[in-house]
Amino acid sequence: MTQSWSKAWGMFAVVFGPPVVWLAAFFLVPLAIIWAYSFGENTSLTQIGVTGTLANYAHAVRPLYLGIIWKSFWFAGLTTILCLVAGFPVAIAITFAREKTRVWLLLLIMLPFWTNLLIRTYALMAVLRDEGYINFALAFLWHSAGHVTAAFGHPLGAFRPLELLHNNFAVIFGLVYVQLPFMVLPLYAALDRLDRSLLEASLDLGHGHLGTFARVVIPLAIPGIVSGVLITFIPTIGAYLTPDLLGGPSSQMIANVIENQFKNANDWPFGAALSFLLMYMTFIAMAVQGVLSRDRRERQA
Amino acid sequence: MPEGRPRSRRSLLAGLGAVAAGITLEACAPKGPVGANGEEQRLNLYNWDNYIGDTTLADFGKATGVKAKMSLFSTNDELFAKLRPGNPGFDVIVPSNEYVTRLRIADLLQPLDHAKIPNLKNILPNFLNPPFDPDRRWSMPYTWLVQGLGYRKSKIDGVPDSWKWVMASDRYKGRIGLVSEADDLIELGAKYLGHSVRHIPPAVIEQVAEMYIRQKPNIKVFHHDDGQDLLLAGDIDLVIDYNGDIARVMLEDPDLDFVVPREGSVLNSDCLCIPAGAPRPDNAHRFINFILDGKNGAVVAEATRYPTPNGAALALMPADYRNSPVIFPSAAALAPCEYADFEGLARAHLYDETVTRIFAA
Repeated sequence: MTQSWSKAWGMFAVVFGPPVVWLAAFFLVPLAIIWAYSFGENTSLTQIGVTGTLANYAHAVRPLYLGIIWKSFWFAGLTTILCLVAGFPVAIAITFAREKTRVWLLLLIMLPFWTNLLIRTYALMAVLRDEGYINFALAFLWHSAGHVTAAFGHPLGAFRPLELLHNNFAVIFGLVYVQLPFMVLPLYAALDRLDRSLLEASLDLGHGHLGTFARVVIPLAIPGIVSGVLITFIPTIGAYLTPDLLGGPSSQMIANVIENQFKNANDWPFGAALSFLLMYMTFIAMAVQGVLSRDRRERQA
Repeated sequence: MPEGRPRSRRSLLAGLGAVAAGITLEACAPKGPVGANGEEQRLNLYNWDNYIGDTTLADFGKATGVKAKMSLFSTNDELFAKLRPGNPGFDVIVPSNEYVTRLRIADLLQPLDHAKIPNLKNILPNFLNPPFDPDRRWSMPYTWLVQGLGYRKSKIDGVPDSWKWVMASDRYKGRIGLVSEADDLIELGAKYLGHSVRHIPPAVIEQVAEMYIRQKPNIKVFHHDDGQDLLLAGDIDLVIDYNGDIARVMLEDPDLDFVVPREGSVLNSDCLCIPAGAPRPDNAHRFINFILDGKNGAVVAEATRYPTPNGAALALMPADYRNSPVIFPSAAALAPCEYADFEGLARAHLYDETVTRIFAA
């Protein structure tokens, strides 16, 4: 009895030891250091004294920074909603595709991950810019149409390129583009488990397609929606590359501010406080979500 | 930053990754032969990308027998972050002037021994006693650069020789690119308002902030060291950028030009320094002296197309380099230009918060 337990313990240590050590050494310890910094102050250009001060947090909750955090939540929320709206039909299409097609569709969803985010963002710049591919195509159509209208004596004016890059539209576009696979995959996972006979029952018993979708598919896909929303929303709040490269003069997100604290401003304690403020908010949001979903489960039970 | 330094954040991230993993250059290299000066015949140079002559390192090896290896950084912050926890084994680094001060205050540099750098005599007199390093105790000049306005000639009326066109005018609405770097933004704004770029009074900083906030509807982008690319791609027609950056894209597009506005601008200088804890300080001095040689300096200038502070090197350069008004703006244009200075962390934080406020407005 004792022996078998210690054997099991040995097995447990072998299997879980390395990941736990890895997680502690390369995630928890660095995180704890940054957390400690958030209660510190700069004693010189390179030294940080952890004094237990709350000054960094006091600074971080000033309206300027709360406003930027609020804006980041806005960007992330809008991105998540757009991903959900765009991702749901895709997930349904994949679920109901034929076995062979499904594999290919899933591969297509995951294909972007094979290219570095930075490269993809630069590619987006090439697509969106004033002399980029979209405007190039539009200019071509405009000039073609111009020839036709000119034949009828109504020449079109000069083509004015659409301003697609360096504004908040471009940031949201870029964020949706980057995050969409993270929404589609959990949705697909949830829909794939869905019992098809329930759909048939709903259709047989009088609901139309829309009714079935609203009253049967969506409620059953809730776990997938929740994980999709979380896995889209949380990384989007911390996005900094996309607003940096695609954004305009008013596209600053909180991660850009944090980045500056660790770089040029050289104010690591304040940057740490901002990061953790964001993390506290995320934890609170997740806790609230956890409580709500527990309530729902209890009601259902 | 300047020409040839890629704005690729990928290399920055890679750099941070290396810091996080604590890789040191010394740990993973086997010991090589020892030279006459008692030091191993090696040298680690930490430099910007595309910022050295094509044959410089090989020439140095031939001349001294010291094998030089170059690593690259993409921003001064990256350089500072790498040295902050302790020198991982670099012998020579190339920080910009304000970071020479930062590194020195942080005790991350070691003083230079001028007796080992006789080629100092080649340096032009106006680079011998800069405000950020009086008497050149800590740094030797490698290149210099100046902020100005790059513009597309066919889209701009005449020569935009005032900061007004980007800071306080809607004439080129939606075609304007400003720098996103806090120090540059505040200092150039102060310069436009008629103040020095050093010791800017708080009231003027406030005035500068209000000016930029008013100007925001006219600004297309605050660029991240890629202004020259945005100009070249046609996204903007008027951009604050370095002379070297614009000189480079002018080779690709003759419709582009550069001017130093008449109010004056910020000068920068990239410098050769020896970081504290350099494993081979004597080799480092030899390398710096080697670069300051006229012929070797010309090899560097030939490749980088940056203005050289080295008189002997300049004399060896072809006329199209020496006479380029972009690489070498006129003395009259440079007269009102100044070096900025690192004025302490509190000031850096103030600038950063001011710019955060401008972006958030």
